[in-house]
Amino acid sequence: MKQLQESTPVAHTRIYALGAARGNQVVTNDDIAGPIDSSDEWIRQRTGVATRTRAAEDQSMMDLAVEASKEAIAKSGVDPSEIGAVILATISFPYQTPSGASLLSELVGAQGAAAYDISAACAGYCYGIAQADALVRSGLCKYVLVVGAEKLSDFISPTDRTISFLLGDGAGAAIVGASDHPGISKTIWGTDGSNWEKVGMTGSILDFRDGKTPWPTLTQEGQTVFRWAVWEMSKVAKQALEAAGIEASDLSALVMHQANLRIIDEFAKQMKLPDTVVIAKDIVETGNTSAASVPLAMHRILEEKKVASGGFALQIGFGAGLTFAAQVVELP
Amino acid sequence: MAHSQQEVLAGLAELVNDETGIAADAVQMDKSFTDDLDIDSISMMTIVVNAEDKFSVKIPDEEVKNLITVGDAVTYITANQD
Repeated sequence: MKQLQESTPVAHTRIYALGAARGNQVVTNDDIAGPIDSSDEWIRQRTGVATRTRAAEDQSMMDLAVEASKEAIAKSGVDPSEIGAVILATISFPYQTPSGASLLSELVGAQGAAAYDISAACAGYCYGIAQADALVRSGLCKYVLVVGAEKLSDFISPTDRTISFLLGDGAGAAIVGASDHPGISKTIWGTDGSNWEKVGMTGSILDFRDGKTPWPTLTQEGQTVFRWAVWEMSKVAKQALEAAGIEASDLSALVMHQANLRIIDEFAKQMKLPDTVVIAKDIVETGNTSAASVPLAMHRILEEKKVASGGFALQIGFGAGLTFAAQVVELP
Repeated sequence: MAHSQQEVLAGLAELVNDETGIAADAVQMDKSFTDDLDIDSISMMTIVVNAEDKFSVKIPDEEVKNLITVGDAVTYITANQD
């Protein structure tokens, strides 16, 4: 009897390069404080956000995704026609179908690649890296383009005090390919579906169609999310370090989902990180960009030369679902 | 070992001081966390989690919103210690 042929696995993977794009408008706290009866000082104290970058009407989520992808592809030196899969993590692509990834593959020269979106909110990019690692190591794809891209400003309410005022628009992209040494550790990931409603939308699009709710926008139960993000997610991060076989002192950087600076600070405290570990704080200028926040934050610390290529970064995404994913990656 | 109300109040005052810098002797039973002590929701949750550790007590998220005054917290912790 004939035996089925399988794809030929490779031993290791790594991130070759990153790309980044931010919304083309800088929105200050003063710009948005009025409708939430707040102030620059209040917003900075409670969230650490000084500005957020938002896309104007002429800049779509796809524009941001394409810009970030093209930078990652160019820096990686990979021929886009050799990309075997395009994975787009997003919660703000405005079509139920087809996927944004399908259009993105066409726009970046990755015609013919497998392409699909993943809906894992702020954990989406780290979910994508987990999938890219598995797809390349299994031999199914030579290269994978992973993109986290959001235009969250289409789904915010100016009067919402729970999350809208934190949110920005942007995209971060990564090219993952084979490596002669381990560059992406085993991902620790999962979901807590019992807290499905703690971060999400104010209503469904069907309720909106039927006139039962205004345009659905993002909302969250802040205190519950804060407790989970700090004390539960720091446990996940410690598991990711253990799975990678390294200690906190081996890290060059901590790149967390940029949800709120208070979460980042308290999380870092729980992790007992040595001073040598750079903690990415892109949220101060970019705001919370959901699936885009981890690659944007990593891109910034590399651009600003706060960390060097080759060091280890613990990256962790967490958000609506409640979804989470953490892995250690070698900085590209 | 169960803590007395007085011990819980003193311990809670320490946690409030650690998190916010508010003088421990300002943390009195009749003070409101938000209106009198100006403690925001994130600091409140940090104090709650640290109180859980310190007093071996579970304070569910849905209970936190009922803890309006320091006295509410002291009463809850004292009554629900392991």
